[in-house]
Amino acid sequence: MVWTRKHLLGLEDLSREEILFLLDTAEKFKEVSTRSIKKVPALRGRVVVNLFFEPSTRTRMSFELAAHRLSADVLNFSGSASSTVKGETLNDTAKNIEAMGIDIVVVRHNCAGAAYQLSNVLDSCVLNAGDGAHEHPTQALLDMYTIRETLGLKTGFEGLKVALVGDVSHSRVARSNIWGLQKLGAEVYAVGPSTLVPRGLARLGVKVSHSLDDVLPEIDVFNMLRIQKERQDTGLFPTIREYAKIFGLNGERMKRTKPEALVLHPGPINRGVELTPEVADGPRSVILEQVSNGLAVRMAGLYLVGRVGEAGSK
Amino acid sequence: MSTTPDGEPQAPGESAPAFHHLVPPEAFSGVRREWSREIIATMDPDSDWAIIGVKRRGAVLSERLRKDVEAAGKTVEYGEVDIALYRDDFHLDASPQVHGTEIDFSVEDKSILLVDDVLSTGRTVRAALNVILDFGRPKKIFLAVLVDRGADHRELPIAANFVGAALRTESDDRVQVRLVEMGDPADSVDLQPHGLARKGLSRNGRPESGPAE
Repeated sequence: MVWTRKHLLGLEDLSREEILFLLDTAEKFKEVSTRSIKKVPALRGRVVVNLFFEPSTRTRMSFELAAHRLSADVLNFSGSASSTVKGETLNDTAKNIEAMGIDIVVVRHNCAGAAYQLSNVLDSCVLNAGDGAHEHPTQALLDMYTIRETLGLKTGFEGLKVALVGDVSHSRVARSNIWGLQKLGAEVYAVGPSTLVPRGLARLGVKVSHSLDDVLPEIDVFNMLRIQKERQDTGLFPTIREYAKIFGLNGERMKRTKPEALVLHPGPINRGVELTPEVADGPRSVILEQVSNGLAVRMAGLYLVGRVGEAGSK
Repeated sequence: MSTTPDGEPQAPGESAPAFHHLVPPEAFSGVRREWSREIIATMDPDSDWAIIGVKRRGAVLSERLRKDVEAAGKTVEYGEVDIALYRDDFHLDASPQVHGTEIDFSVEDKSILLVDDVLSTGRTVRAALNVILDFGRPKKIFLAVLVDRGADHRELPIAANFVGAALRTESDDRVQVRLVEMGDPADSVDLQPHGLARKGLSRNGRPESGPAE
């Protein structure tokens, strides 16, 4: 396979082959982090800008470290504290930064389509680090990487049952996971209260369930989506405590899952809500592996689009 | 129907295959074994040795060398490097395939045999040296190449310690080491003379490992 994309905007438009190629490339990048000098010169002299209009710690740091390991220079921009409050548009902000001479833009924005929009107005490569409730491709890729590595799957996910549990409606992580997992052949379940699981998911081939207990015994991978506590006032679910009781994974529920079932969480965890500490820190949790793998996945993403961008510019 | 060295079918009626053997299959084994023998003879037993091959054809040769070394009763560490992330010609090639580097031992104070198939400009070797040095500080690094195209091709001050076959070639020629492990029909060293190289695969400025990589 030859990678030809200059941008990484979402998993909806990637093919199964492209997703597998990205995961294979990430596997090669994992080795770099084990060296005495944890750095390769692949993007030396390139500039990566983290353009974050929403607060984020782990995704931004992960992209930043990934860029450093590829020897790129990194600029960090945080929208809330800067020109946006003065009324500058997204395009203007991005074009002004691009005029300084940059090569790759990593963008997070609360509007769906922000990354796509920038890819149309900039010459730089664009990576989507989360746009509204639309997509968060590198998160889904690191989820799939972790599943593939932990379960020792060589190629696709045929026969694997993966449940996305919780606030599917507001989750870009869920959307990217649905696209990616289905392309790799997995059967995707959306599990949550009817107020948090959008109607119409069944049309995408997703199995919808409003009872975690019903699906517990058949699921191979639980991806526990974060509950945004600020949504509690919106009437989508009565109380955090009730949510945790019905849709949280605890030690008792883990006894009823397949013995080898995995537990993923995109972080940050609300301990006692989506997961009890015994599950979050337990033997089936691969949450910290997700974070480590995220670095390799982002190195692969930056490298692949960066190489294509560079070849096109000369 | 005959085939080109890349296994592509050639239409009947076309002229003879656009390459000739610099080292034909029947002579290849002898050249390689003599190269191996010379390397093993100079490996002093007081050093800790490691063999590192340059992916992918250099690594196939280094794997064969390792077998010879072990058959001679010596033990060595073994690794393979991928120079994809260390190349200086990214703008010439937009197919960013990464094969991965595997050095699962400490290179500190090791005597390392760096193995590649063809030495031409020296740029691949430069990149491979950088990869190894990012893993630590070896005691010494020796360069072993099966084919040396000669100092006239060199773009960097690099020379090999062990050479299987020193061959005179023109700078526009394409030299390829054929290896059965890579799916080639037989082991050989082939040359495609200037003007007969495949379209779009000019060798200028490229590492010498060849466009098949």
